[in-house]
Amino acid sequence: MPPPGGTYEKIFAFGSSGLLSQSLTVAQEGTDSPEITASAKIPFWYDPNKRAIIYQVVVLGMVGLVAYYLFTNTLANLERQNIATGFGFFSKQASFEISESPIPYSAADTYARALLVGVLNTIKVSFIGIVVTVLLGTFIGIARLSSNWLVAKLSAVYIEVMQDIPVLLQLVFWYAVFYESFPPPRQALGPIRGVYLSNRGMVFAVPQMHPVYGYMALVFVVGCLAVWVLRRWAKKRQEKTGQSFPLFLVSLAILLLLPLATWLVGGAPLKMNVPRLVGFNFEGGTTLSPEFAALLLGLVLYTAAFVAEIVRAGIQAVSRGQVEAAMSLGLRPGKVLRLVILPQALRVIIPPLTSQMLNLIKNSTLAIAIGFPDFVSVANTTINQTGQAIEGVGMIMVVYLFFSLSTSAVMNWYNKKVALVER
Amino acid sequence: MRFLKVCAVVVAVALIATTSLAIAGETLDTVKKRGYLIAGVNGGVFGFSMPDEKGVWKGLDVDTARAIAAAVLGDANKIKYVPLTAVQRLPALQAKEIDVLCRNTTQTLTRETANGLNFAHVNYYDGQGFLVSKKLGVKSAKELAGATICVLPGTTTELNVADYFRANNMRWRPVVIEQTAELSKAFFAGRCDVLTSDLSQLAAHRATAPNPTEYVLLPEIISKEPLAPVVRHGDDQWYDIVNWTVMALLQAEELGVNSNNVDMALKSQNPRVQRFLGVIPGLGKDLGLDDKWAYNIVKQVGNYSQIYEANVGVNTALGIPRGLNDQWYKGGLMYAAPFR
Repeated sequence: MPPPGGTYEKIFAFGSSGLLSQSLTVAQEGTDSPEITASAKIPFWYDPNKRAIIYQVVVLGMVGLVAYYLFTNTLANLERQNIATGFGFFSKQASFEISESPIPYSAADTYARALLVGVLNTIKVSFIGIVVTVLLGTFIGIARLSSNWLVAKLSAVYIEVMQDIPVLLQLVFWYAVFYESFPPPRQALGPIRGVYLSNRGMVFAVPQMHPVYGYMALVFVVGCLAVWVLRRWAKKRQEKTGQSFPLFLVSLAILLLLPLATWLVGGAPLKMNVPRLVGFNFEGGTTLSPEFAALLLGLVLYTAAFVAEIVRAGIQAVSRGQVEAAMSLGLRPGKVLRLVILPQALRVIIPPLTSQMLNLIKNSTLAIAIGFPDFVSVANTTINQTGQAIEGVGMIMVVYLFFSLSTSAVMNWYNKKVALVER
Repeated sequence: MRFLKVCAVVVAVALIATTSLAIAGETLDTVKKRGYLIAGVNGGVFGFSMPDEKGVWKGLDVDTARAIAAAVLGDANKIKYVPLTAVQRLPALQAKEIDVLCRNTTQTLTRETANGLNFAHVNYYDGQGFLVSKKLGVKSAKELAGATICVLPGTTTELNVADYFRANNMRWRPVVIEQTAELSKAFFAGRCDVLTSDLSQLAAHRATAPNPTEYVLLPEIISKEPLAPVVRHGDDQWYDIVNWTVMALLQAEELGVNSNNVDMALKSQNPRVQRFLGVIPGLGKDLGLDDKWAYNIVKQVGNYSQIYEANVGVNTALGIPRGLNDQWYKGGLMYAAPFR
């Protein structure tokens, strides 16, 4: 029997969201119960609903007031000390050189471009770092669970050692190894033709620019799309008919053969840009600098140890019964890993893995210790040459917040995709 | 609503309390009340500022800071040294973490205007040069096209070398490392062909090299680097004290007063000496200091010639002749304004 003055739903609403919904319920019912209507006329400061809103407005206002105070006070103090403010320096000439840059840069360019070079260098080291770290970490994590005693122990030693040495120390160590152990450029080691190793880094030959390479990249992208479509089709067909499709081999063929065919059609250009020793250093080819190599190596080796532990934990979180059940169905070990273990392990792996990726991005700021021009390094130089520390530090915060939030967004999307779908 | 009122009062009090800033005489009062001077210095340039094997700070810049402490507090040892990198130094001063910056800092227009700082009298005239290994066989900086150059970030040096190579239409590659010690290690290990910095610092780096004779300074001097102690804008009295402390070091040398004969000089009949040492009172009081301020500087730290010869002069490991840093009457640039 429904209680007086309402239905069961209203009772539930009352119970679940407390006082807030009481007044709503009252407002809807209106005429039904005169006693409660009378209580709606109480002064607004006794109304918990309105009072809650007032509190929030007050708190928000105070936070705004404090922020406004800090902002104006800082501005006033800077003005009193005659320190320049604002981002006007963006369009000024930077006048300092940057050792490596993915885009053309010279001292005659603006501060804005110098900072962009820093951003791109940070993206470069973070992206390559994350990809290699995940691959290496997964490999070591699986090796840690290997039934081979030596493999398991070696990975355990790697994890323990790398996790426990501070990453800054590792960076300085690798950097010193590079510049102390390799000869000067005039006595550079040449293990393979076109590759030179010296304390200036590894210089190697790259194909000379040719329009065909652009088309090859385009064809590769088209190939990726084709593989994606093919995968969906193969999955659907298998669900309908049970017939499986040799997806891996076909995909590999598409991705390799299409660009190769383009290259052949384009006249198969073979000319290489080979480095030569000119004066002090090598000209031509592409250089992998000791700074970049040391930074990448240090970050990857350190973070991979953490990733390995996460992967191990994820795999061990899948109960043994799942594997046994899959095996008893007659699935091959590869398919057991791919279809049963990994989908369940990923749910455990993804959230801490995201956090390790963010760590790697943030640790890349240690580049400043070994002279790699990442964003913090360029921003620091900018701060010092312009004297505008607040703007500079603000930019550093915004840029890293953006990197971290975008990484989180992608990983959260992926996490949702692999999450357990409850039916 | 009482809550709001309380908040408003708290915010108002905070506003009044924190906005009082840069009143003249503020730094002097703070230092006196604190009982010691906080000086920003370089963490590791031999001859300018570096702790010795016993942990005692030594160097030309350190002695300049000691002279300020002697003038203000009457005791040259009442100093807290804050080692700063090139990148940290100016923000540290602006943020009032230090009272004065004695850290081979070049006087430039931007630093005096946009950065809100004032440079006192120069305590070392320097210029930028290039240090290279003899093995390279380079005789002139004009032959450095394509070279890799080690340079400290955030310095005027970094800008000068970029300007020089642009002007001469040569390409080069920088290696920038923030810590001076790490930078010179990388250079001596062969990571760069060239180390560029102020000549005095290059001499200091070479003195600490594993094999100093293998390195040579190139003849080109590509910039003017007047190095001076720095203070914040807005406290003129403190600026005067720092400025005239450096000049007192120079004036003592000009008057022939040093730490050994200063007590005898107190009995001098020369009115210039009497005014300088406070026998005829007045100068110290005008600065807001004790009239014995200059006496304390000379007695406890010495005159400019003494600190130069003890830290960087020809008889030290650096072995730098006075050159531009000699007195004006000996052909140098050091020139103290009249003490009257």
